[in-house]
Amino acid sequence: MENFDYVAPRSLAEAYATLGNGRSSLMLAGGTDVIVQLREGRKRCDQLIDLKHIPDLMTFQVNSDGSLEIGAAAPLATLYENAEIARRFPAIVDAATIIGGTQIQSRASLGGNLCNASPAADSSPALMALGARLVIGSSSGTREIAVEDFFVGPGRSALQPGELLVKIVVPALRENAGAFYHRFIPRNEMDIAVASAGVLLELDGSGQITRARVALGAVGPTPIMVPAAAQAVTGKAANADTFALAGAAAAEAATPITDMRGSIAQRKHLASVLTVRAFEGALARIKGDS
Amino acid sequence: MTTVDRPSYKVIGTRPIRPDGVEKVTGQAQYGADIRPPGLVYGRIVRSPHAHARILSIDTSEAEAMPGVLAVVTSRDLPTAADKVEELGETAVNLRELSENILAHDKALYHGHAVAAVAATSSQIAAEAVTRVKVTYEVLPPVLDVRDAMRPDAPLLNENRHTKAMDGSLSEKPSNIASVVQFKGGDVEAAFAAADHVLEREYSTSMVHQGYIEPHNSTANWNSDGTLTIWTSTQGSFVVRAQVAQVLKLPVSRVRVIPMEIGGGFGGKIPIYLDPVAALLSKKSGRPVQITMNRTEVFQASGPTSGTHIKVKAGIKDGKLTAVQATLSYEAGAYPGSPVGAGCMCMISPYNVENFDLTGYDVVVNKPKTSAYRAPGAPAASFAIESLLDELVKRTGSDPLEFRLSNSSRENTTMVTGVPFPRIGAEETVRAALDSPHYKSPMEGPNRGRGVASGFWFNAGLQSSVAVSVNPDGTVNLIQGSIDIGGTRASLSMQLAETLGIGYDDIRATVVDTDSVGHNDVTGGSRTTFASGLAVHEAGLDIQRQMVQRASALLNVPEDNLEYVGAEVRSKSDPSKRISFTEIASKSGQTGGPIVGKASLSARGVGAAFGTHIADVEVDPGTGKVTVLRYTAVQDVGTAIHPAYVEGQIHGGVAQGVGWAINEEYYYDEQGHLLNSSFLDYRMPTTLDLPMIETVLVEVPNPGHPYGVRGVGEVPIVPPLAAIANAVADATGHRFTVLPLSPRRIVEELYGL
Amino acid sequence: MRRTQVQATINGERVEFLCEPRQSLLEVLREELNLTGAKEGCNNGNCGACSVLLNGRVVNSCCVLGVELEGADLTTIEGIGQAGSLHPLQQTFLEEAALQCGICTPGFIVSAKALLDKEPHPDEHRVRWWLANNLCRCTGYDKIVRAVLKAADQMEEVKPV
Repeated sequence: MENFDYVAPRSLAEAYATLGNGRSSLMLAGGTDVIVQLREGRKRCDQLIDLKHIPDLMTFQVNSDGSLEIGAAAPLATLYENAEIARRFPAIVDAATIIGGTQIQSRASLGGNLCNASPAADSSPALMALGARLVIGSSSGTREIAVEDFFVGPGRSALQPGELLVKIVVPALRENAGAFYHRFIPRNEMDIAVASAGVLLELDGSGQITRARVALGAVGPTPIMVPAAAQAVTGKAANADTFALAGAAAAEAATPITDMRGSIAQRKHLASVLTVRAFEGALARIKGDS
Repeated sequence: MTTVDRPSYKVIGTRPIRPDGVEKVTGQAQYGADIRPPGLVYGRIVRSPHAHARILSIDTSEAEAMPGVLAVVTSRDLPTAADKVEELGETAVNLRELSENILAHDKALYHGHAVAAVAATSSQIAAEAVTRVKVTYEVLPPVLDVRDAMRPDAPLLNENRHTKAMDGSLSEKPSNIASVVQFKGGDVEAAFAAADHVLEREYSTSMVHQGYIEPHNSTANWNSDGTLTIWTSTQGSFVVRAQVAQVLKLPVSRVRVIPMEIGGGFGGKIPIYLDPVAALLSKKSGRPVQITMNRTEVFQASGPTSGTHIKVKAGIKDGKLTAVQATLSYEAGAYPGSPVGAGCMCMISPYNVENFDLTGYDVVVNKPKTSAYRAPGAPAASFAIESLLDELVKRTGSDPLEFRLSNSSRENTTMVTGVPFPRIGAEETVRAALDSPHYKSPMEGPNRGRGVASGFWFNAGLQSSVAVSVNPDGTVNLIQGSIDIGGTRASLSMQLAETLGIGYDDIRATVVDTDSVGHNDVTGGSRTTFASGLAVHEAGLDIQRQMVQRASALLNVPEDNLEYVGAEVRSKSDPSKRISFTEIASKSGQTGGPIVGKASLSARGVGAAFGTHIADVEVDPGTGKVTVLRYTAVQDVGTAIHPAYVEGQIHGGVAQGVGWAINEEYYYDEQGHLLNSSFLDYRMPTTLDLPMIETVLVEVPNPGHPYGVRGVGEVPIVPPLAAIANAVADATGHRFTVLPLSPRRIVEELYGL
Repeated sequence: MRRTQVQATINGERVEFLCEPRQSLLEVLREELNLTGAKEGCNNGNCGACSVLLNGRVVNSCCVLGVELEGADLTTIEGIGQAGSLHPLQQTFLEEAALQCGICTPGFIVSAKALLDKEPHPDEHRVRWWLANNLCRCTGYDKIVRAVLKAADQMEEVKPV
């Protein structure tokens, strides 16, 4: 691995100043991607900026409006061990508990998972389905974008030079709403998603679907929203026939590649299967079955 | 369960703690990469990015000029190797090809083939220096699949290679088919013509890796007196010594190999890769040099086992398996030496089949040279025949285990080599499987299925040598040269304790270096507890004899009136005249000096191993994912010296077999680049991918061993491939003939994608 | 290259060492501090053989930089138990024959300790889930899972009510 300097700023202001010093930078949160990428020569930098000593980036809180703010570098394990997150945002736990194994989850963060910008990242479809927004900071202030607008291509995000991801804001789920994320992997752990699906489902009092959001991972160069799948179910009863419509729309929207982890045909098929099952999972959560 | 009466033992059959255990659970045990001789520097290998390429030039000047770089070597630093075959026990190697595999000479034959190496003062500098060695290649078209390689117009790995027939004659045209073997008996055509049911199918399996967690490593010091010391993790220190001496043209006595603890081998740590390179770098740099492979290098450039293509036809008449005809084609990798011969010899061994015609092709491809992997050659052959029989037996309406029982090999059944079996436990395993709670339980639920399969492995004998020192306090040191991978210090100590009548805790077993004990062949072929156990038993008898001699003087009783019983020597005529083992030991100085027992032998009387497995699976109809719900492995283990370690061997074999069946495969692109050379994408089972594995130990003692030992380590990897495939067929109604049974393959088949 | 001075607590002792920023914690442990109990199996976070406890949480030391240790509390396998005073997990691994070659064993014990520290009564599935980042190729995990469950039982028995 090439040499680099290690910098550990204590505040966001200090981090922005370091980012602006003209040297090439990479961020170190959990390090579970970036250290490996540096070692294997897939990335290089003059300075590696450790974000874990910036308190703003390491904490999370549930706001008075029920929304959740998560510091970009907060370790996954701290999230899913939190009872309130587990109760209010189980779809975040769905993702956080399957990114790597226990050792990875002690260090890896949602922010790191997003910024790595893998099309197969587990946090992306979950947060996209939830309608989460990202707060991006720089020395000139902050800006906010929807998660789905954050991904530009495989390994490329919308972060500009001098910017870093500060926090993730997840809106509260409404009454009669549920969200669910899962992926398909050949093993039961330690794998990258062959395909994945996150779903938000909102019902009215009679069980009709009033709103849905469907996001897919690993079926294109970036994770994608599938508005057609959401439209296909909106206004319909929440049942297997309806969910099948969403599954068909998801398969239609998927534009995967064939690689060592899966084939085009398999991934399109999985987009459908996983979308249907994610709807079933979200519905079960609304009903309190899980 | 024990099916044959055996003597009651005091130590054999108990479950003591291994002598090396505390060091291993506290992190103190020294594996190869843990050794730090003073002045140590770090070596690293330059590897070919191409699967098939002529090496036009290697420019090492830039790397050599780097601060901190101490030496660079290429194949030019290796002596010219002889074109002769060296037996390694379980595998054999041609020395010239070995030399070329260690550092490519004029051609790189697979992605990751070593072409040069550097030594530097830090591992980081060495890694950087590797990128500064400039190699110019002429890229050639690769050939990656065994069937492609066999085509007459296939690109040739070696233009001078001709197919060797069994009589030693060579084909006129050059070929990637290195050799052909054939085993024939009876008249298959007539048997097929007379059969009630005949079925023919083709099967294929992918190249898979042993997957030991510890990467290959070697630390070498070329001493100023011209001797060479090597610390390494290997299955056979003597075989490393022999190979290094041959490759570097040194007298064997000048090479000392110190075996470090070994982090798994399964056959993959029999060949050498790094040792001569570390030695040459040490010679050039004047420093001890350590090279460890990283995980990518292990996958790219160590010795996985063959991808295979097998065509097999079988016939049944009146419930009897009457004929099997098969063509087995195995990938050898870059140089000849696949285990196709063993595949042919194992394939139908569980069955008494009168008519057979089995042909095997050993075929070179642009992938790493294959090495042994647990029962080398047998799993793929077993997958083919056991899958075919499952399908065929279903047509007859018989129960698959009842069919196996009535067709089972027994004592005096001849193998395809014409050699009759001694007492074996093949049918006992089938019977025990039939009687198992698992097989008697109902198979319920949608998308679920059950499969069974049987398997065979020869086991090996080979050479062992041990020394046993009796200390004045009555404790004993057992000096072994066989490498201990999974508990043989314990299993040998137990046999010695049984022989001497002393306690297990009174014995301390140590694995020593090649200067300190006679030759021992590799820990492979499931041979150590058997063959080194035979040596231990003989050394124990040697001590008994010496104890009787010493007791004769101490008791003043003639030797022929003395007997060694338990841990004492006593008079046959007057049992009150007796002296204990400890007392004789304490007086050894006065009765002739230290008591040391020794034995060196080429083990005979190998007992073959059979297993029958039962697998229950569920196949997710949406994703094609196979979940193993329940698994039972029944095996004839001879006498289980340490039953917990026997169970552990079976668990491990099943786990590897399940991985092979479901997810493991080498994944190459069309240019021959290995794409999944990591533990992330080469998918070995995790804790969540396996259930508890039930074992049934059938004990049919091997008549060729005083305690009835049979090798137990290898055969458990043989049945799982077909047991899983047969269960998947039962669950889905689809017969899969290509491994692995990955979700992709299954879902594409189920939905016609 | 400039080396950075780092102060940390390792296995209960204050330790100072020098390392380059690019050196992983695993490299620092093995090459600088001669703590070779953590093993390199993959060097990219996929096998768990290098597991250590960093501030009480189990991590892959190959995916941590040595410089990150500044001010941290680290426990390696060398700090979990010694001959004569083995941790219950070490004892049950021996009794249950939960190791064969032993290369993955330090990682499993460190990781299992983190589990039992947090959850004293895990069930089989929970043990399997927690240990899914630790690869073993010898045992099929059967005896490892049993050893962890047995250690949990034993630790419960000796605890004061």
